[in-house]
Amino acid sequence: MELQLGLPLFYFLLLGFAILMYVLLDGFDLGVGILYPWFNSDAEHDHLMRSVSHVWDGNETWLVFGGVILFGAFPAAYAAIASSLYLPIMLMLIGLIFRGVSFEYRFKSHSSKIWWNRAFAIGSSLAAFCQGLMLGMLVQGVDSSGLQASSLQGLTPFSLFCGLAVMAGYALLGCTYLTMKSRGAIQQKAARYGQRLLLFVMLSMLLVSLWTLYSQADIRARWFGSVYSLALMLLPLSAILCARLLFRDLGRVQRQFAAAADINNRHESRPFWLAAALFLLAFAGLVVGLFPYLLPRQLSFYQAAAPDSSLQFMLPGVLIFVPLILAYTLWGYHIFRGKVEDFEEGY
Amino acid sequence: MELDAALLSRLQFAFTVSFHIIFPSITIGLATLIAIWEGLWLKTANPVYLQLAKFWIKPFAITFGMGVVSGIVLSYEFGTNFSEFSRITGAVLGPLMAYEVLTAFFLEAGFLGIMLFGWQRVGPKLHFFATVVVAIGTWISAFWIIAANSWMHTPSGHSIVDGVFQVDSWWQVIFNPSMPYRFSHMLLAAFITATFVVLATSAWQLLHSEHKTMARKGLSMTLWLALILTPLQAFVGDLHGLNVKQHQPVKLAAMEGIWPEREAGAPLLLFAIPDKAVEKNHFEIAIPKLASLILTHDPDGELMGLKAVPANERPNVAVVFFSFRVMVGIGLLMIAVALLGAYLRWRGSLYHSRWFLTACSYLAPSGIIAVLAGWYVVEVGRQPWLVQGLVRTIDVVSPLPAERVLFSLTLFVMTYSLLFGVYLYFMRKLIKKGPPSAGQLEQQLIGVKASGYAVALAKQLKPAQEQH
Repeated sequence: MELQLGLPLFYFLLLGFAILMYVLLDGFDLGVGILYPWFNSDAEHDHLMRSVSHVWDGNETWLVFGGVILFGAFPAAYAAIASSLYLPIMLMLIGLIFRGVSFEYRFKSHSSKIWWNRAFAIGSSLAAFCQGLMLGMLVQGVDSSGLQASSLQGLTPFSLFCGLAVMAGYALLGCTYLTMKSRGAIQQKAARYGQRLLLFVMLSMLLVSLWTLYSQADIRARWFGSVYSLALMLLPLSAILCARLLFRDLGRVQRQFAAAADINNRHESRPFWLAAALFLLAFAGLVVGLFPYLLPRQLSFYQAAAPDSSLQFMLPGVLIFVPLILAYTLWGYHIFRGKVEDFEEGY
Repeated sequence: MELDAALLSRLQFAFTVSFHIIFPSITIGLATLIAIWEGLWLKTANPVYLQLAKFWIKPFAITFGMGVVSGIVLSYEFGTNFSEFSRITGAVLGPLMAYEVLTAFFLEAGFLGIMLFGWQRVGPKLHFFATVVVAIGTWISAFWIIAANSWMHTPSGHSIVDGVFQVDSWWQVIFNPSMPYRFSHMLLAAFITATFVVLATSAWQLLHSEHKTMARKGLSMTLWLALILTPLQAFVGDLHGLNVKQHQPVKLAAMEGIWPEREAGAPLLLFAIPDKAVEKNHFEIAIPKLASLILTHDPDGELMGLKAVPANERPNVAVVFFSFRVMVGIGLLMIAVALLGAYLRWRGSLYHSRWFLTACSYLAPSGIIAVLAGWYVVEVGRQPWLVQGLVRTIDVVSPLPAERVLFSLTLFVMTYSLLFGVYLYFMRKLIKKGPPSAGQLEQQLIGVKASGYAVALAKQLKPAQEQH
């Protein structure tokens, strides 16, 4: 039993890792895009874009990686999920296209700059919203046999709210990223918005959790019907603790600024890691509820797994290249460490 | 008329993949050229090479960006629009694409940030290294995606269990019979595409801008490249054609416009209008026996024609036939330009022949048109099969309602049309603006340790502290 499940389980975990990396990394740069309309001046917008322009491409690659791992390791799940989530995927792609090209065109434009600002903000928001929507649709269950049904079938209050919640979560990540990478007024604004977003995100997490537990009996049983229930309670408790620390750190950043005190770097970068931890905990909670399904209640990872020949073929690639990718990605972030300097020229 | 979801899905895929291929075709070659210029600058310290690199890195960046965003679409479109195809071939094609992401996409994205934005953060040598890695990343990416595509033309190394493909030999899947030819043909095509974009721009700059030194260098280098690459491409293309004859004879028959079941001493058709209703050509202009000579190396050699298979196993002959002529025509034009350029260089009048430079300046899109035409030959020529001889396209389309596909297709057509206009506008703008002058380049900060960096940092921090 265990041997048979070994490889599929490995790819299931890898898929989870890819999704998590994507959500954390593209989360903060999509978040910067969502926050964009709340910053006003051209200089602020320049700064916001500059802060992520060297990393967005690499961050988005995790989305492609997640897609192809699903395709290569779980072809049946890739086929079922992609075709049943047709519209949100297409809209997400359109959003990603507009916000992606605006990085290139905005810095080269004059009269059309305002349009690239809009493309960046709306594209980022649309992509984030669609991702949340898809999450909601998957959790509530999609009918993969009924592709012919109405396009609006999956649009329930629950999935729409998930869309908003993911937008808010990404915006929170964006705020904590800006708190780490910026100075002065932008940092202040980011910390202030971050506190408000944090309250909203925590409320959403509570609401989505309760909603799911109320409507999905099997998930409820998993959380409360087993001997592990007590251990599982560590997840929400840790989340509350993280949120508490995060709220305090963001407050400190603001007070330090007001007092013109020496900047203590710890408080400037820690919010980002705390926000990332919040995402990790939320993701863990989701996996607890949905394991071992790729398409909840319909298709588990071992049902959808590709033949061993395919899983084995990818294995050396994953074992060699994923650590390498992590190493040079980290090195890339290291090269651009510290604050984003507005005088630094691009290419 | 009832809307046909399958047709719409196919149209959407054709449209989005055609749009996408334009950009990697340019960036594969351009990344390589930029790496060469940067290397030459490091080696010779001649600022004209840095000028070339710095000038072309901007068009490169917007082209690369367009390639990235249009490429992500494709990685999901297999599943959204061809779900049954994804389900049955995922175990073969998915791992190849996973390797593409693992060995190329992350590499390109990771080092692109340093290549574009790292001029001040890393030293010149490390920057050069980043550029080389990006260039190599584009080649690796081409390798995997061509392997996957070639397998759909000449599938091998697999078996079919319960209607699902699984792999017996990865070596045979990757290096399937058409892969080496297709890969060399495509990589050369990409190099040539970039070469002609730079060639045309340099010719234009020689005529209309004051950056003559850089333009001369650009023109000279690309003409040498064209002189080597275009005849080589004709040779590789011929080999690829022989490979098609062996493995996809119906496609070859469509390319050559051959209808009879078998035809000995087939002529080379310069022009004709294939008519599938009566199964013959109209208005033929032909060179007798040449097609047989080229493809069998015997003027009376026998070739298979379209009528050897039932009508429902033939591709759209007209599309394949004309696309092939467009591609070959452009290829011959490119060879002529390269030879003419070499002749003018030998005569010593290359940089003053206004007529030649004017002609060259119109050739910027020539490579792209040839690449698109070539892909239409390849992909339309495989129809009605998606995996040659095994999977029919029509059988594996997602069972989506037609309106949904129409909606997304409309969105893509609008988005891509808009963005293509924008892309051309900015390319034109960047080319008109020209490179930073040699003087400016010397003043530009390179490396965090450059003295200018500290000065600029101090300047920036000052107003920030005054706010307190």
